[in-house]
Amino acid sequence: MDLKRPLFDGSLVYLAPIDHEKDAEIESRWTHDAVDMRLLSFEPAKPLSPAQVKKSYEAIEKSVDGDKNLFYFTIRLRSDGRLLGFLRLYDVIWTHGAGTLRLGIGDPADRRHGYGSEALSLGLRYAFEELNLYRLSAWIAEYNTPALRFFEKAGFTVEVCRRQAINRSGRRWDLISMGMLREEWERSLGIGS
Amino acid sequence: MLDEALFQGELVRLVALDADKVAEHFFKWDHDSEYWRLLAAEPAMSYSKKQIKDLIEKELDGDKGDLFFFMIQSLQDWRIIGQIGLDGVKWTHGDTFVGISIGERELWSKGYGTDAMRVILRYAFTELNLQRVSLTVFEYNPRAIRSYEKAGFVVEGRLRKILLRGGRR
Repeated sequence: MDLKRPLFDGSLVYLAPIDHEKDAEIESRWTHDAVDMRLLSFEPAKPLSPAQVKKSYEAIEKSVDGDKNLFYFTIRLRSDGRLLGFLRLYDVIWTHGAGTLRLGIGDPADRRHGYGSEALSLGLRYAFEELNLYRLSAWIAEYNTPALRFFEKAGFTVEVCRRQAINRSGRRWDLISMGMLREEWERSLGIGS
Repeated sequence: MLDEALFQGELVRLVALDADKVAEHFFKWDHDSEYWRLLAAEPAMSYSKKQIKDLIEKELDGDKGDLFFFMIQSLQDWRIIGQIGLDGVKWTHGDTFVGISIGERELWSKGYGTDAMRVILRYAFTELNLQRVSLTVFEYNPRAIRSYEKAGFVVEGRLRKILLRGGRR
């Protein structure tokens, strides 16, 4: 493997830190779309002002600096640096080499352009090759079929179905955990055996 | 005699900048994952300007007279091209660690780092009156090893297979 190959740069997007000034405005707008927020998170959807978003950024960075088991990136468009979404590796358990991944593209107009796929492949490489993790999980709501397909295409396998864990839109839904092991990632790249 | 150009070498000089200025440079350099992987054992990470600034200010606030951290400035065009610093000075033993990096990658292998290292070694030995300066460098960074040897360092030991990078130790 090549230590020279950039970890953060793809051909369409790149991974970068938060821009406290610019990003809060954009992310505040995203939080006003309830349908979207319910795809991205299991927390109650809740519109946030730019100042509230900024506060959440500070909390994220405090956790990144303090706990050492969270790695947070913004996903940005290569051509103009515009904020597209976020990617986080969290709940990293170092002794077991396990972590969880979550990824979101904020604006529906930015989906289906391959931005998320490329960001995911950068995130996987970072997790397996730089953090040297052995496995990753991702939690997806049953109703989020695009996300299920998305992770499946990247090589994730359904591992757990937490039955009826989500209560949304007047009914209950399963919460699905998909996972990927290091050797599956290597195979998907054609590395090793 | 007293050396009036104590902070200056042939290609560079050492300067102190405010934390927000330092953060601008670190922000730019850290995005280059190869740079980071040559420099640090921690996972490559690109931190926000605010995060970097806060961290530097915390370091500076905690200075007990044993922090000697400088930016490297090119004498040619006054660009800030890297950073260098002594940390972990042990006064009773006259020993310190040194760390250096050239963030502007098009200036790698042009002697800037070696020059900056010579300046800070002179500073360490003639101004701080230390007895020795130590550093660690990764096996996969032959460019740095050559530079340190040119500046006069000798290999004292190796920590076998201590890193796992790019799938090998």
